Amino acid sequence: MKIDRSVRVEDKLFCNRYLVDAGRPHIKVRAHTRPSSQLLALLKACPARCYDLNDKGQVEVTVDGCMECGTCRVIGESTGDVEWSYPRGGYGVLFKFG
Amino acid sequence: MIEERFDAIVVGAGMAGNAAALTMAKKGMKVLQLERGEYAGSKNVQGAILYADMLEKLIPEFREDAPLERHLVEQRFWIMDDRSHVGLHYRSEDFNEERANRYTIIRAQFDRWFSSKVREAGATVLCETTVTDLAQDAYGRVIGVRTDRQDGEIRADIVVLAEGVNGLLGTRAHLRERPKPNKVALAVKEMHFLPRETIEARFNLNGDEGVVIEAAGTISGGMTGMGFIYANKECISVGIGCLVADFHRTGKTPYELLDRFKRHPSVAPLIEGSEVKEYAAHLIPEGGYKAIPQLYGDGWVVVGDAAQLNNAMHREGSNLAMTSGRIAAEAIFQVKSRRLAMTKENLALYKRMLDRSFVLKDMKKYKDMPRLMHTNSQNFFLTYPQLISKAMQTYLRVDGTPKTEKQKSTLKSFVNARSWIGLFGDAFRFARAWR
Repeated sequence: MKIDRSVRVEDKLFCNRYLVDAGRPHIKVRAHTRPSSQLLALLKACPARCYDLNDKGQVEVTVDGCMECGTCRVIGESTGDVEWSYPRGGYGVLFKFG
Repeated sequence: MIEERFDAIVVGAGMAGNAAALTMAKKGMKVLQLERGEYAGSKNVQGAILYADMLEKLIPEFREDAPLERHLVEQRFWIMDDRSHVGLHYRSEDFNEERANRYTIIRAQFDRWFSSKVREAGATVLCETTVTDLAQDAYGRVIGVRTDRQDGEIRADIVVLAEGVNGLLGTRAHLRERPKPNKVALAVKEMHFLPRETIEARFNLNGDEGVVIEAAGTISGGMTGMGFIYANKECISVGIGCLVADFHRTGKTPYELLDRFKRHPSVAPLIEGSEVKEYAAHLIPEGGYKAIPQLYGDGWVVVGDAAQLNNAMHREGSNLAMTSGRIAAEAIFQVKSRRLAMTKENLALYKRMLDRSFVLKDMKKYKDMPRLMHTNSQNFFLTYPQLISKAMQTYLRVDGTPKTEKQKSTLKSFVNARSWIGLFGDAFRFARAWR
């Protein structure tokens, strides 16, 4: 699957403020051997590009840059691909402007 | 369990939650408001425009100390193709009034201020607290909430769900469905900072005057969506949003869409040389009237985005949130003052009051619009903008072609693209959904 790398999302996220709850990700991807179409869609639909493929071709999530919008929940929760919660109180993205 | 018992618990400190908590606290109710952010506003994202009227009903003197950016004197609508835009501008000196009608705001700052008013009114506001579940009794009645704090269960007569578009608690408690991809839009936004003189010069503004630009067309690549540019005091909010189902279907990325919008020749000069200080993303309820869930039940009501109360046609959301929060609070207070229980039957008053307000009247008026826009997105967001732009260019370019021929070729391009039946059908469907 081709992923658009022309926009550097990392640079965008870099100006945001986060308090990462280390070791307690609020989003989890169901273990799989081959990713579902929903999971593959998240590689592109996630505005923070939290989803990526590992070398085995499985979809992984890294929630550090997550803006808690819920797009992956809307696409992936009903199929069971994604387990979704909000971070613990005070953690996660902290918008200065919103 | 926290032993203290409250009259009401409000989940969330956004527009709807603050309006509800403020209204109940002012009436002397014992209110606890829970917010998962570090401070009220730290998790909230909006364009953002504030409609003064709805806030005035809550805090009449808000202009004295609310963090407002610019009062709007001009509104622009742009229909865009890749190289041009056809615009409708409305600017009026009448908007330079003492009590302005609309303002741009920055939500993180505004919500913080709003929350201070809630505290002043006597509500207990607890931040950095994520509500994990609704506490229900054996009959399914909501009796309180559970949080991620130790001894996290707290009881109240009623829980006001102002938890925002994702509505996680309501879903977990099986009070409603989770948001669907064709009923929510994903919007991404950047804050572009520039000296205020530069912003005023570029947007043709004096002092605190402001402008908003709403844009639709090929910028959304055939998806149902819109772009926006709002002038704040020292920064410009630039964003674009499209239906999640469309992102899923097309495989387009939100950040590339935003980048394309920023690079558009009509947009780029407005933000040139700016410093980006934040990138945000948020869902917007787009399902309209038909997507509104059950609004009340035993021990609970739902308000604002969590209730899908957003008028996409008029780009009004926060005012519906504030108004629904206030109305829910007033209904709750009425039930309480009659010494009645917070049952589904008694809380139906909230729905009846909301039905009588502009909130549900406006939502109902456009009940067919979301479906029309979503099923015809290629026509409304790609074909027509291209045709309109081409027609304008043909009309304006002076090259010796007789006008009759120009008109013929323009008409032909419309008929070729959509056929006579298609054109009349679109016009008819649009008129019917708008009426």
